[in-house]
Amino acid sequence: MRGIERSLIKFNEVGIRPVAISIDTPEVSREHAQKQGYTFTFLSDQNADVIRRYDLAHKGAGINGEDIARPAEFLIDSTGTVRWINLTENYWIRARPEQVLEVANQLGR
Amino acid sequence: MNIRRINWPLWSGFALTLAAFLTYFFIFVWFPSTRDFPWANLVLFVIAGVLLFMGLRRGFASDRPHPTRSKIVSSIFSLLSLVVFALFVFIIFVGGRWLPASKGAPQLGQRVPDFSLPDTSGKQVSLNELLTTPIDGKAPKGVLLVFYRGYW
Repeated sequence: MRGIERSLIKFNEVGIRPVAISIDTPEVSREHAQKQGYTFTFLSDQNADVIRRYDLAHKGAGINGEDIARPAEFLIDSTGTVRWINLTENYWIRARPEQVLEVANQLGR
Repeated sequence: MNIRRINWPLWSGFALTLAAFLTYFFIFVWFPSTRDFPWANLVLFVIAGVLLFMGLRRGFASDRPHPTRSKIVSSIFSLLSLVVFALFVFIIFVGGRWLPASKGAPQLGQRVPDFSLPDTSGKQVSLNELLTTPIDGKAPKGVLLVFYRGYW
């Protein structure tokens, strides 16, 4: 996420809108974004409904045993079609913004 | 206190072990090159290991003022350091892989279902809106959905 914020100008130039989704409430997300200086969109999927619909729920992995999202990134084009996916196999290994920007550069508007 | 009486390699090795563990989560995790593979932390662990080895030798040397205590203390803290190192390796290389397979996740070329969720101000935002609201006056090319575990 820090990488996304650092590359936000590039994302804007290419025309890609980063959107973060977790089970955090809007208040917690706001606090998180403010603290870390994140300026992109944060959405709150409190009951993990969308997370479950996308089969990304990590059952019982939350601090209080709730279902949370596993880390995952999807690049969706303007027609709503998936153009790039990253479903990491290790929590500590994440996609880099450059990978997304490279794919995004090849997308038509 | 005589400096020769202090087993400095042991104590610095133990302190460095703790630092090698903690700095990953507080510092190195923020940089892709030190996060994806924790080489910086592994280097710190190796240096700590060398110091601890020196500390152990010193602890078991015959010229210690309290030979028994010295042996016990250096053994305990070396063992503790080994446990910290094992925990680190476990968290990164084993625990990190405890993720669901997510076989039913949207596939390449698939249309994703629309959804609507509240943003940080509580306003409902749909994926469709995110895909159509202009960025710097131009229609967006797309949206990068980033699912994450949440703030903790």
